[in-house]
Amino acid sequence: MLTTILIITGLIILAAAVISIADNLIQIEAKKSGLDTQKENYSLFPRVTNLFKSKAPSFADPDKFHSLSKGHNIKMTGAAQGTLKSANVNRFAIQPGNFRGIAPIPKLMVAIGDEVKAGDPLFYDKTNPEVKYVSPVSGEVVEINRGAKRSIAEVVVLADKNQQSRSIQIPDLNSASRDEIQAVLRDAGAWVTLNARPFDIIPDPAVIPRDIFISTFDTAPLAPNMDLVIDGNKAAFQKGVDVLAKLTDGQVYLSLDASNNGSTFSDVTGAEKHWFKGPHPAGNVGIQMHHIKPIGKDTVWTAQVQDVINIGNLFLTGSFQQNRIVAITGGGVANPHYVKTYVGAHLGELLKDNVSGENLRVISGDVLSGATKSPEQYLNYKDDQVTVIPEGDHFEMFGWLLPISPRPSVSGTFPNFLFPNHEFDVDTNTHGEKRAFVMTGEYEKMLPMDILPMHLMKAVVTNDYERMEGLGITELSEEDIAICEFACTSKQPLQQILREGLDMLQEQL
Amino acid sequence: MALLDFFKKIEPDKKKSPVLHTLYDAVFTFAYAPDQTTSGGVHIRDGMDLKRTMIHVVIAMQLCYLFGTYNIGHQHFTAAGQYLGFLEGFHLKLAHGLIKLLPLFIWTNVIGLGIEIYFAAKKGHAVEEGFLVSGALIPLIMPPDLPIWILCVSVAFAVIIGKEAFGGTGMNIWNVALLARVFVFFAYPTTISGDQVWVSGYESLASGTMADYGFFHNGLCNTLFGWMGVDQFNSATTAVVDGYSGATPLALAYAGGWEAVTEQFTPAQMWWGTIPGSIGETSKIFVLLGAFFLLITRIASWRIMLSMTIGAAFMAMLLNVWGATPFMDVPWYYQFWMGSFFFAMAFMATDPVTATATNTGKWIYGFLIGFIGMIVRVMNPAYPEGWMLSILFLNTFSALIDHYVIEGNMKKRLKSA
Repeated sequence: MLTTILIITGLIILAAAVISIADNLIQIEAKKSGLDTQKENYSLFPRVTNLFKSKAPSFADPDKFHSLSKGHNIKMTGAAQGTLKSANVNRFAIQPGNFRGIAPIPKLMVAIGDEVKAGDPLFYDKTNPEVKYVSPVSGEVVEINRGAKRSIAEVVVLADKNQQSRSIQIPDLNSASRDEIQAVLRDAGAWVTLNARPFDIIPDPAVIPRDIFISTFDTAPLAPNMDLVIDGNKAAFQKGVDVLAKLTDGQVYLSLDASNNGSTFSDVTGAEKHWFKGPHPAGNVGIQMHHIKPIGKDTVWTAQVQDVINIGNLFLTGSFQQNRIVAITGGGVANPHYVKTYVGAHLGELLKDNVSGENLRVISGDVLSGATKSPEQYLNYKDDQVTVIPEGDHFEMFGWLLPISPRPSVSGTFPNFLFPNHEFDVDTNTHGEKRAFVMTGEYEKMLPMDILPMHLMKAVVTNDYERMEGLGITELSEEDIAICEFACTSKQPLQQILREGLDMLQEQL
Repeated sequence: MALLDFFKKIEPDKKKSPVLHTLYDAVFTFAYAPDQTTSGGVHIRDGMDLKRTMIHVVIAMQLCYLFGTYNIGHQHFTAAGQYLGFLEGFHLKLAHGLIKLLPLFIWTNVIGLGIEIYFAAKKGHAVEEGFLVSGALIPLIMPPDLPIWILCVSVAFAVIIGKEAFGGTGMNIWNVALLARVFVFFAYPTTISGDQVWVSGYESLASGTMADYGFFHNGLCNTLFGWMGVDQFNSATTAVVDGYSGATPLALAYAGGWEAVTEQFTPAQMWWGTIPGSIGETSKIFVLLGAFFLLITRIASWRIMLSMTIGAAFMAMLLNVWGATPFMDVPWYYQFWMGSFFFAMAFMATDPVTATATNTGKWIYGFLIGFIGMIVRVMNPAYPEGWMLSILFLNTFSALIDHYVIEGNMKKRLKSA
């Protein structure tokens, strides 16, 4: 009996070995003869990863479909609803501090009392004089507010009733050289809407980006719906993509939401489209880059949908309008909705008569990586969202063990998984004090990248440059790691640590 | 809110009496989640913090505490041949268990938390919650009759040398609870190994030895039980019966294989845990319920638990094939019936600070603990159990395992760039 079993087992193993070797030989041969360039599967067996991977939807190219399982969607009350309203905002500011890499005291080109048109330059950076920072509206320069060490914090323009704009000579896109297009963008003020990675800085005109990445959906909490933004702006977006394609030797990559069939963006041509599925941060361009083509040691650019539309409109109409559709969101907003305005809008005017409750925090951006603002301040340049949530400066009896109110969490110790669609009333309480790194594997569950975030953070804290670079710090930006910071049991300030690391690395270069 | 006002009123001065203030802060943050708000970085934070994490591990151990306490009494009376049914003499068994367990628990926490608070005050930060778990684990892994002074020395050693010397919670290399146990194991081996130590309340387990009752038995409990009109402790009639050895299943298996074990204990007995052993680890079913709780709350790493089981099973199978001693011949699945494998897997190996931090590393770490632990259990002539030593051994190497995983990640990135 035993011998029979042994013989049968042996024969099965032998047969399996023969088949496996033959299978491997086929694959090697396919690779050698150049048949397998597209990583097509020449094996007899399905790949294990393919068996468990979720299938691409019919409208997406299976090779360009990325299903991400890590991350977490934070559901909050106060999502912007319905249609677009025009905002009643009169004051707009361009804030030099919004642009990373600019000298703290830029050269002003206007003084208080000057009349400017939309698109007229307000200031420039002394290290890069041809890159202009331009006014979003036409009107009068009413304030130039200074910050610490006489740096310029805000240049405020009070809008006129009748908007006029500076017109710009546009070359023919088909025949224009790259330098000409670059010059138009720099002069018009559109250059600063682009973002260079690593470090998230204003692109250096001397460096040609390897590729340009655009994410067409945002998975951050209460983020605006991009379909609403593109509505009626399809031609401008297409033009913007065409312009960007001229600026790189590589590709323009467009990332689409795989759960959104028939997205307007799927008709765009001249860009390589990739589909992403998964919870936040799947909509972050940094995550998408990692899966499409990692940054490596190169420089790439990223652009936001609304800025691509503005660039497209510049080349269609000959004037640079810094339009911004902004989502007014959060539990502290009485009537969350979308408004159409310009960049750098005054927050108090945006939120006028629309807040509910007291002791609120106004955030320019989303709750994960936005900036705290007072209502007397202005929307940050690239932000397309305002979030208002209550402050959480209250004690809670046994709050760590028996919480009174539901709160978002990735932990299994809360019964949140029973209510997957519950929208939480969040506040800014830390729900615990800062501690040393104790739990492991938490960040890895939140970050859909082949990166070891905890060790990366430790490398930054210990100033270990080699390990920082080796573990891929250049692939990350604050918004990518923000969800890990949210989930961190030890309440560590990961975004701050990451930025310190990036700054250290940038200084070294 | 009255309590909150009261707390605010009694807050001691931080400069004048730092130790007192640290103690106050620990109690206050226990009663009230603080009113801190986020600044810079994210604006909302997850409801999970370290206190909640740690207390959930302690909650997972509660069934082990309940059963362990009762089992101390059950083993005590089993040795005397009295109240052999599990629920017979319920109040006596429970009372005896509490009399043995409470001093262990109280002294562990007094010593451990005292040292923690002192160091926290000295360093000027809040008391970190790590000792919540260590302080709950240490009593569970000790024999019930351990002299209190040995316990105190071992806890002090583990907390000062094993943890504070490295910088406190989150920085230690070795599992604090196991360090306390291994200290006793090497410094006072007669109190924690052999057949004599797992049954409490007797000077020795030689037949005829009278039970050793003190004030709590004779004075407090007997008075109480006298009022209630139930059975009382009686040292005159409670004596070790002839032929009782107190040997654990592992000791039996080491001497005579699975047959020797089943002569004394049924598999169901071992599974439910009505056997001699360390206080908290005998009941497989309650330990596994705790492990299940840690898994569904995702506090403990399933990777470590699974790979450790695979490692132990694999090694046990290899030993089955080898079969040189009766212990090696114990069928590999019965190895899980004996000893404290599940307890080590659920509560010791999964300690996130001392385990490997990378997911790949966790697979290697868990597998090697299982693999090496089984070797130690079966082949070590002095002591038939291996998890304590193998976990401490792998704690030592977890940083090395992580190092190679990190290097691998860096090399991969370098290649693709």
